[in-house]
Amino acid sequence: MSVGAPRALASSGQKPITEILHPLSAAEEPLSVTVGGDKQEVGLTNGTPVETSSPASTSSLFNRLQLDDDLEADVRDPYADSTEMRDLFVTVDNPKKHISTMETYITYRVSTKTSRVEFDLPEYCVRRRYQDFDWLRIKLEDSQPTHLIPPLPEKFVMKGVVDRFSEEFVETRMKALDKFLKRVADHPVLSFNPHLNAFLTAKDLNKRQGLALLSKVGESVKHVAGGYKLRARPAEFCAMGEYLDTFNQKLGTIDRIAQRILKEQSEYLTELREYGGVYSSWVGSEEELRRPLEGVAGCVTTSCGALEDLGDNMSLDFLPVLREYVLYLESIKNVLRKRDQSQAEYEGRLEAAILRKQEDRTPMPLEVEKCQDKVECFNADLKADWERWQSNKRHDFKQLLTGMADRNINSYEKSQAAWESLITLLQDKQTEDKTSETN
Amino acid sequence: MQETYTVYLIETRPAETVPGGGVPAAPDTLWRRYSEFELLRTFLLVTYPYIIIPPLPEKRAEFQWHKLAADNLDPDFVERRRVGLENFLLRVASHPVLSNDKIYFLFLTEEKGWREAVLETGFQDKVDSRLKSLSAMFRVKNPDKRFTAMKQYSDELNTVISQLLRVRARVADRLYGVYKVHGNYGRVFSEWSAIEKEMGDGLQSAGHHMDTYAAQIDDILEEEEHYADQLKEYLFYTDAVRSVCKKHELIQYELEMAAQELISKKQQREELATGTVRVFSLKGITSKLFGTESQEQRESRLAALEQSIQEGEETLKEKNTECKEFVQMAWEDIERFKEQKDKDLREALISYAIMQISTCKKGIQVWSNAKDCFNKM
Repeated sequence: MSVGAPRALASSGQKPITEILHPLSAAEEPLSVTVGGDKQEVGLTNGTPVETSSPASTSSLFNRLQLDDDLEADVRDPYADSTEMRDLFVTVDNPKKHISTMETYITYRVSTKTSRVEFDLPEYCVRRRYQDFDWLRIKLEDSQPTHLIPPLPEKFVMKGVVDRFSEEFVETRMKALDKFLKRVADHPVLSFNPHLNAFLTAKDLNKRQGLALLSKVGESVKHVAGGYKLRARPAEFCAMGEYLDTFNQKLGTIDRIAQRILKEQSEYLTELREYGGVYSSWVGSEEELRRPLEGVAGCVTTSCGALEDLGDNMSLDFLPVLREYVLYLESIKNVLRKRDQSQAEYEGRLEAAILRKQEDRTPMPLEVEKCQDKVECFNADLKADWERWQSNKRHDFKQLLTGMADRNINSYEKSQAAWESLITLLQDKQTEDKTSETN
Repeated sequence: MQETYTVYLIETRPAETVPGGGVPAAPDTLWRRYSEFELLRTFLLVTYPYIIIPPLPEKRAEFQWHKLAADNLDPDFVERRRVGLENFLLRVASHPVLSNDKIYFLFLTEEKGWREAVLETGFQDKVDSRLKSLSAMFRVKNPDKRFTAMKQYSDELNTVISQLLRVRARVADRLYGVYKVHGNYGRVFSEWSAIEKEMGDGLQSAGHHMDTYAAQIDDILEEEEHYADQLKEYLFYTDAVRSVCKKHELIQYELEMAAQELISKKQQREELATGTVRVFSLKGITSKLFGTESQEQRESRLAALEQSIQEGEETLKEKNTECKEFVQMAWEDIERFKEQKDKDLREALISYAIMQISTCKKGIQVWSNAKDCFNKM
């Protein structure tokens, strides 16, 4: 290795910085598309063959840098990237309440179907509680610090404000856990994590004993020494950071708006109910007007029901997803920080090594090379995950917002149907009366 | 001292074509202010106490949801009032009895001399009687069940429409809030689209649709005011119904009083003639205490009483006739009113339903547009 200025850090394979895609751009450059761990020949786009060694080695990490460029595959299911390629399917469902003397809690059924060799059986079915998911996430974060780990739904809920055992709460949480697991299972690196394997297969999740199979890279990155100051974050990671900050802000605003709308709708609903009641009470003093008045009261009631459903749905499906993304952003920022630390350490060590070399002509220490590798891996992983995250985010928000539009449309449709049938009813009566008059 | 007020232009055209193929007369046009309408109405109230006189639109805006101006000079209010005044004149014009009234005709044709003409009728004398009927606390012995029922109905209708208008104003207020908050999505989507690549266009256009949605509420509530005005007309109508019922009560009461007085006088005559004191009278007691009067005095008293009785019988006959006529004419108008009310309110409710359908359609349209934009994200 030559002496001199620190080598330019590549962030994806061995490419110079000018060829590296901007994190915010669409993946215009197709990268190789294979997913999965079977023993096929894989290579980087620049043609350099890479050894397909065990999952734990550094170089095999480059194998895993496969991006699914088929973004248009299935608009409805963001998790069915290229369905024929997937070989690991997970589902979370079937919540059950467990009551013991010490505590009451909910477990969920976690079902797995797979053809991967890492799994002994093709199918598994286990029961897990939130704690177990939390354990998994912590383990993933620890063992794969260079990757973006999807978020879990919020751990703590204020007792008294939210009923932890209500159907709606359990349903919402379950959907979020299902999404979490699916995202992990779809990740080309995370899905091979041994902790995930244990989570999906073990009858009893023994959480106290850590599993021995920790990737070497993960371990070494974990022990990044503190105290190194980063001089300059590369442009693309700066852009990432800025994007995260702005996006966080916008999500916060949207959350506030959604909550405000819910509040206003709820107050509107209260008044509307009373309004319908007045029409009902009017019926008593009328004869000819009885039918139209009852009809109007009925339509108002239907509209109230539709509005109530709209509000419930927004609370259950819309707000939690927004909040999940805020958590996601937090965890991504953490990973960015760790990347910065990793780079800082490398630069620090490199500087120290250069100074020593100039003094006593010792060759570049191995540690510095290792640091450089670390940083390059980190950058590569992060970049790949970022692209993946952007794509998923686009799918998720498309789904979220079209869902919101659908629910509003639905609410109006219910109301419109009620009013239209009232008019038909009243007009029929009118023609009925007219014919009876002329007869 | 200067005063600002609004005047309204009234244009009257004869409905029938001129017979004999002559040239139709030019339409009469003149200007009237609100107080002149009030004068006309007071005249009609007093002159036709057995008719349910159509109401005027409100003098000051009430039952407003807060965004609407309560200012009398606000153009929206003035326009709605204009519609109300026109409606009043049309109601009078189509009434079988009121449409023939001379003063009403002059209101439409004589700009200058109208006020004098009204005062010349001397209607003010009857104003007192009307006030008496409205405020008096008299009890009728044999109330006409139909009128009692009608008055009760009118009170119920008044209560329920007031309630309805009050709650409707609150509903309008809240709905306004719901729509307007959605406008905030417009701004945040626009800001968010600036940091996105592929999602940007979809978000930006969706944001515009959210702005459109927020703006929809202004027209929606504007249209609903028309419905509120229809309800208000009938709210004010209930006052007119009530006053007819009260007038009937007064006439009935006066009839009963007249009958009672006659009976009492006749009894007095009997006593005087027979010498027995069945009915307490001061004369009777004093004569007992201070001695009886002379034959002359008795005879003159008897003669006076006879006279009084005859007058009383005349009065009773008049009152009876008055009452019968009033009941007949009033009840005819009440039946006419009931039919009109059923028809008008039914139509109002149907048009309200149509308004709601239109609101739903607009909402669906805008959310569908937004959804298309989201799909393009």
